[in-house]
Amino acid sequence: MTASTGRFAPGTFAPRPGRGSLVRMLAAQSGTELRLALRNGEQLLLALLIPIVLLVGLTLLEVVPLPEPRVASVVPAVLALAVMSAAFTGQAIALGFDRRYGVVRRLAATALPRWLLVAGRLAAVLGLVAVQTVVLGALALTLGWRPQADGLGWAVLLVLLGCAAFGSLGILLGGSVRAEVVLAVANLIWFVLLFAGGIVIPAEQLPGPLGTVATWLPSGALAEGLRTALVDGQGPGTQPVLVLVGWAVLAAIVSVRTVKLR
Amino acid sequence: MSLPAAEPPDLAVSVRGLVKRFGRTTAVDGLDLDLPAASVLALLGPNGAGKTTTVEICEGVQRADAGTVRVLGRDPAGAPEALRARIGIMPQGGGAYPGVRAEEMLRVIAACAAHPLDVSWLTEVLGLGSCARIPYKRLSGGQQQRLALACAIVGRPELVFLDEPTAGMDPQGRRLVWELIDALRRDGVAVLLTTHLMEEAEALADQVVIVDRGRVVAQGSPAELTAGGDQQELRFRATPGMDLDDLAAALPNGYRAVETVAGRYLVQGRIDPSVLSVITAWCAGQGALADDVQIARRSLEDVFLDLTGKELRS
Repeated sequence: MTASTGRFAPGTFAPRPGRGSLVRMLAAQSGTELRLALRNGEQLLLALLIPIVLLVGLTLLEVVPLPEPRVASVVPAVLALAVMSAAFTGQAIALGFDRRYGVVRRLAATALPRWLLVAGRLAAVLGLVAVQTVVLGALALTLGWRPQADGLGWAVLLVLLGCAAFGSLGILLGGSVRAEVVLAVANLIWFVLLFAGGIVIPAEQLPGPLGTVATWLPSGALAEGLRTALVDGQGPGTQPVLVLVGWAVLAAIVSVRTVKLR
Repeated sequence: MSLPAAEPPDLAVSVRGLVKRFGRTTAVDGLDLDLPAASVLALLGPNGAGKTTTVEICEGVQRADAGTVRVLGRDPAGAPEALRARIGIMPQGGGAYPGVRAEEMLRVIAACAAHPLDVSWLTEVLGLGSCARIPYKRLSGGQQQRLALACAIVGRPELVFLDEPTAGMDPQGRRLVWELIDALRRDGVAVLLTTHLMEEAEALADQVVIVDRGRVVAQGSPAELTAGGDQQELRFRATPGMDLDDLAAALPNGYRAVETVAGRYLVQGRIDPSVLSVITAWCAGQGALADDVQIARRSLEDVFLDLTGKELRS
């Protein structure tokens, strides 16, 4: 046996087990995941840089026909994009690689309850969406955006529902297949939904049945709902709300069966 | 009237008749082991012997197909939260966010425990302070292992499972980990570790359980496993061509004496002071002096080779 344990004073490791407080566990996990997202170049590109470029570009350049003031029509689209990027694509890719690097298995081996493992990830997403909303909102204000005050409450609710729907889908994708597949699929879906899912081009301007399909997608529902709330200052109606809730519930049900928390 | 033997209350881990199959392969085949509190047990065996499967069943990560497992007095199946709060786990290959820094990761794990160790101190003492800003995916294998070990002990558990704790470490790192495991035992923590390194099992463990193909092929303390009748040998040099018949007659039954090369002699058997004096007296009787006398103890590696006919580091 090794002779000296001089580096470690007697009693240093005397057992004193017990579970930490739920609040501290949640704060530690989601705080770390949020910091990691803000430190990761690709995540920042996806979650902030692309929405910023689109906000400025679509407002100042007349590439897509939009009603004046252009910024008022652009903000809902860019907010919907930001939520999709953070909660779905970024979240799925992060989870895919976190699983690859064994962090889910590592956390599951602590006293952290399983549900908190998922809640921590969703809390980190909410944190990132809050950062996005503040940055994009401030930038939009400097571009002359004056939101309808009556619709702001609805907008917050829609953003939260969007986080639930896209976040559940992100966990479903990121937790079910290999990291490389997650990377490819999450980016592909992001690209398709951005242009054909009712975000950049409103659903009613999409050709033929695509427009109808888009309104049943989480992207179309979120963007349409945000347009109604922020441009018209009205409630989004039942369809966008039900569509977002439906996707969130559906993804959660499938996730329970397919997601491997290992 | 005889009462059924009560389970000793001071066993941290108790495994009886454990069986685990993967398809047609039997990974663990009727394994028994006992880990008393505040002691170190090493599961020693080649790759594929069933060490990790056994540990993962004790952790509750995998389910047994047959047999009983008790960890801190309860069934670990499904890794109940109350049990996870009392044990520390170092999975093989560790586990952390790819972009996380060592101390950040340790803080997340520490937050899961009620009375964790000081994270800054643990980071420093395990030599992870120098890589403070390097993301996990760019740490060396040894640094990742040390972080994984820190994560296993930061919550001040009663029992830790260490799956190949020194794999990929340099000698200094290994020495540090051995010292740490010694300190854990001293402070009352039970340690179940797996290794395929003989010297590690010999240096650390109170009990060594040698496994091969999912079965226990030998168990005991390192001294018990390496001691025994014909398990020692004595080599010396002296004048070539001495008469070995006289020596064989003077030694007790069961000993073997040969001249391996001219002037080099080998005696196999239990080497005790009386045998040593018989040998030196025999040399003196032939007018020779036994020179360069060496007594070799059988190593755990020899034991393993004898039992399985296999190299351990396969």
